[in-house]
Amino acid sequence: MNLTWIDWTIMLVYLAFVLGIGVALKRFVRNSTDFFLAGRSLPAWVCGLAFLSANLGAQEVIGMAASGAKYGIATSHFYWIGAVPAMVFVGIFMMPFYYGSRARSVPEYLRLRFDEKTRGLNAISFATMTVFSSGISMYAMAKLIQVLHVLDRPFAVLGWPHSWMFHTSILISAVVVLAYIFLGGLTSAIYNEVLQFFLIVAGFFPLVLLGLKDVGGWTGLKQQLPEAFTHSWRGMAHANTNPMGIEAFGLVMGLGFVLSFGYWCTDFLVVQRAMAADSMSAARRTPLIASIPKMLFPFLVILPGMIAIALPTPVAQAGVTRSQPAQGLISAKIDEATGTAQLDSNGRPVLDYDLAIPNTLLHYFPTGVLGLGLTALLASFMSGMAGNVTAFNTVWTYDIYQSYINKTATDQHYLWMGRMATVGGIVLSIAAAYAATHFNNIMDFLQLVFAFVNAPLFATFLLGMFWKRTTGHGAFLGLLSGTAAAALHHGMTLPQGATPGIKGGWLNVVHRYPSEMAQNFWTAIWAFTACFVVTVLISLLTRAREEEELVGLVYSLTSKPEEDHHLPWFARPLPLGIAVLLASVILNVIFW
Amino acid sequence: MGLDIRIPIGLMFTIVGALLTLFGALGNKSIYARSLGINVNLLWGVVLLVAGIIFLIAATRKHKPGTT
Repeated sequence: MNLTWIDWTIMLVYLAFVLGIGVALKRFVRNSTDFFLAGRSLPAWVCGLAFLSANLGAQEVIGMAASGAKYGIATSHFYWIGAVPAMVFVGIFMMPFYYGSRARSVPEYLRLRFDEKTRGLNAISFATMTVFSSGISMYAMAKLIQVLHVLDRPFAVLGWPHSWMFHTSILISAVVVLAYIFLGGLTSAIYNEVLQFFLIVAGFFPLVLLGLKDVGGWTGLKQQLPEAFTHSWRGMAHANTNPMGIEAFGLVMGLGFVLSFGYWCTDFLVVQRAMAADSMSAARRTPLIASIPKMLFPFLVILPGMIAIALPTPVAQAGVTRSQPAQGLISAKIDEATGTAQLDSNGRPVLDYDLAIPNTLLHYFPTGVLGLGLTALLASFMSGMAGNVTAFNTVWTYDIYQSYINKTATDQHYLWMGRMATVGGIVLSIAAAYAATHFNNIMDFLQLVFAFVNAPLFATFLLGMFWKRTTGHGAFLGLLSGTAAAALHHGMTLPQGATPGIKGGWLNVVHRYPSEMAQNFWTAIWAFTACFVVTVLISLLTRAREEEELVGLVYSLTSKPEEDHHLPWFARPLPLGIAVLLASVILNVIFW
Repeated sequence: MGLDIRIPIGLMFTIVGALLTLFGALGNKSIYARSLGINVNLLWGVVLLVAGIIFLIAATRKHKPGTT
């Protein structure tokens, strides 16, 4: 690791622009709509790129490269059968209700469509989740700064102790994100997300080009990896014949349908970006525009992971001094107690796949463009944090504070509350980041609970939007049953090779899945099914709401949004959506 | 909103692109062994510089008709 002044300058330029955007936007924030919904005034392309970028946090960039190194091109299923169809669906079918109902948040839509208790359940679980996600992002960033020795030089110059590095990283990221959201609200977050999107592309694209040139292009990569790593569908007929350990049905239903639709169609973190659009047509195009770069992201984040695992292990790897077992550029996880590599039950070293992107950056980038690559990583962490914080301040202010604590305050008071909630959200995120350093298992446990809470959500929205008979009692009990079903399924199944506990099987092991991923996908399928069935049954037993109350909230009672026939095809949601789906099918076929 | 996002994006890429271009053109060339002998700073710097200028041109052209 040899960072020089040019790397520092690039990082500082980035920080200056991020803060500058917040300062420049402050004078445009006059009321709570400006702060929480960007005044519903942004063009579709800006919202679209922010829609994508808000999700590009640490878990996405680091995680997808890790998954690429572990499973190969099959990771693209998260994009080509997961995210892209879900984004097309939310744009074409669901946005008319989110945007058209003038709801200011996803929980508020649930209030309009169902009742207060369904909103409360969703608002509180969502707000808690965002705080912890942003805390995890913060923690991961501080860890990475330590691992990559980013701050070693300035700390040496300043004479600060090494142990302050973690705290300093947390503090800097917290202050920067806090400052630009506090000043400019959602507009500031969205503008920065757009900037971060371009920066992430600018930082990772040369990495992919260099890596591909090094391994001899896609053909060369194919020769150096097992066959299953370069084919996304071949081997999916059975769980034992592909590296993910999942069969096609579980993949398409669990990942493609339940998990991806559940996330992209109901998570306020992303939907908020579309709600900031300046018109219905722009709101509908937001996820569609986002889906185009999303479709190409596997080449930016999965390929570096695959390249990292395919390369021969260098004798003296950049940035790593001690010798340790490794595959490709990815070294083994080190047991902190003993200082030696961790071994799995078969005696093989456990690879630290999360290092795929950072190690590839260090391997190829000389000082200069290395600063750009590191800045891109920082940008991805910050956009992930900011996305969560803006979603949190909105849900807190509108769905918790205004609904249950102070119903009748002035708009200026809610604007003030939003800024305070931003501070509160950041403080809670810092607390969560420190909780993660001390109790790693608590974080795993919380993420598990959130997975249970999220899994059934899509069933509720699907029934709520497309079946007018669905009732509030049905939705509420359906959600609870879905969460219970997810927990039960997790408690009674276990992935191969795991011991009962946080990985599942804490009740009684009745089934073993070939992989953790298979278990996750099936947990989601069970949760969705339970929620769907219970919602339908309870709805049939309870009194439906009057139809006139549901106009604008349910498909069959709402007039279809007008297609702007004077616009070219690519500016109209429906033809654009079809084109995106076709392109996604073509990508699946190419990498079959 | 009163600020055209293409202006900060364009400015940032112009500055970063110019920095990388200059550093690639004038700096020590022995650091490029790891990047397969390619002067990535110079090449990518030029790409970013051009991209930044395109953003700036797009932003200023749009502003002429007096849009808010």
